[in-house]
Amino acid sequence: MGIAGYLALIVWAVFVNNFVLSQFLGICPFMGVSKKVESAVGMAAAVLFVITMASIITFLLYNALLVPWNLQYLQTILFILVIAALVQFVEMVIKKVSPTLFAALGIFLPLITTNCAVLGAALLAIKKEFNFMETLVFGMASAAGFGLVLILFAAIRERLALNVATPKAMKGMPIALITASILSLAFLGFSGMVRM
Amino acid sequence: MDVQAIMIGSGALAGVGAISAVVLAIASRVFKVDEDPRIEAINEILPGANCGGCGFPGCSGFAKAIVEGMADPTGCAPGGNDLAKKIAVILGVEVQEKARMVARVRCSGTSEHCANRFVYEGVASCKGASLLSEGGIKSCPYGCDGLGDCVAVCPFDAIHMGPNQIPVVDLDKCTACGKCVDACPKGVIALEAHAGQVVLHCHTHLAAKDVRKICSIGCISCKACIRACPYDALSWDVDLPVFDYEKCQSCGLCIDACKPGCIQTFKEIDLAVKAKATEALEAKKAEEAAKREAARAAAQARAAAAAAAAAEKPN
Repeated sequence: MGIAGYLALIVWAVFVNNFVLSQFLGICPFMGVSKKVESAVGMAAAVLFVITMASIITFLLYNALLVPWNLQYLQTILFILVIAALVQFVEMVIKKVSPTLFAALGIFLPLITTNCAVLGAALLAIKKEFNFMETLVFGMASAAGFGLVLILFAAIRERLALNVATPKAMKGMPIALITASILSLAFLGFSGMVRM
Repeated sequence: MDVQAIMIGSGALAGVGAISAVVLAIASRVFKVDEDPRIEAINEILPGANCGGCGFPGCSGFAKAIVEGMADPTGCAPGGNDLAKKIAVILGVEVQEKARMVARVRCSGTSEHCANRFVYEGVASCKGASLLSEGGIKSCPYGCDGLGDCVAVCPFDAIHMGPNQIPVVDLDKCTACGKCVDACPKGVIALEAHAGQVVLHCHTHLAAKDVRKICSIGCISCKACIRACPYDALSWDVDLPVFDYEKCQSCGLCIDACKPGCIQTFKEIDLAVKAKATEALEAKKAEEAAKREAARAAAQARAAAAAAAAAEKPN
């Protein structure tokens, strides 16, 4: 895969096949941490880090351990295990390095453990039979797509919260869900742009 | 069945798990965050009810806030002064004693006194009733609807529904955490001084003529209680009388003076205190009458002097 191939992969992962809006992965943090742009940026950074690391580790584990021993059927449970350990590790590091970010992410940092976007990135990379570089680029691009949508959505929600015209019954979560669906429709426009 | 495959599979999984465990164990040592030991010490002596009355998320949140200087050591209502002193010892600071507070149900309008506006058969919650119809069930928008949201929310079992569907606070159990105050959609409950024995059981802000129409036990702003008090313990605040419990002797004269009967007491009135208060009131009235008399005499004297001066003045 040349430079053009990687560019196409990035566009595909960020826009065409966006984790949140096209694959509906990682909806929980998408709804949960999108009230403030500040915490959305923190969450996006945490997810970017975790998915990139998880992609590398799961790729190495799959090709160095599972394939030689014919244990491909173990991939789901093994990946969950590794991702859980990884998230614990990231949590400890963030708690030490940036208590503010730790407080802002709150419950959602441990929730990355069960964030299907992380597992999805690892499993999709294997299903598509990407090589190491492709897996790495795909993981980062997918996480960037997740972060992009999360921050976009948080900015929209910040403005929506100030909008007095929102009917009382629609305030908060209902209008956020409708906004998310409209955003998803907008991203449908990218479909078919790049084929992978 | 291929035993070897099972062995390899479980072995691989266990191996990866063990490696992750070792890495995490090392990381927890390397990235250990030292917490202030005072947080743990304070957290241990807090009541642990996690009532949230202090405004922080649970007792541990409060402990953290105290150490960081965000909260006052006296902020824990259930713990009271004893706890504040213990916290002060841990922090090495002095605290001021705080008067004990208690939740007061400021309404005595049962359905006999204050009619229901409609027959309510919805969900048994005051909040539900007030969402369904603005102002709730009672004709008085400040009256207690009696569906017991406050009873349900109390973490200390200190508030119970009375026989006439007005909640009663257990003065010994109440810790003034304020949960019932927040739970009541009509703002009937408020925190007041625990020392007060004679209490106004009404908090209507309606005009007197409207109160007369809808409630036979609501404050009609006649101010008779204020005139009846020999100790100046009552004052008028916008539309209701307010007690000053540092001055109040619980003599009960205001109870007799209150025509609708919304001033009530928790204890029997001591007749000796009442007799003394009656004397004091008469003395106060006599004093006021003497003052008025003196003022009138002075005014007359001034008028006479002015008239004399005018007469003397040559035109």
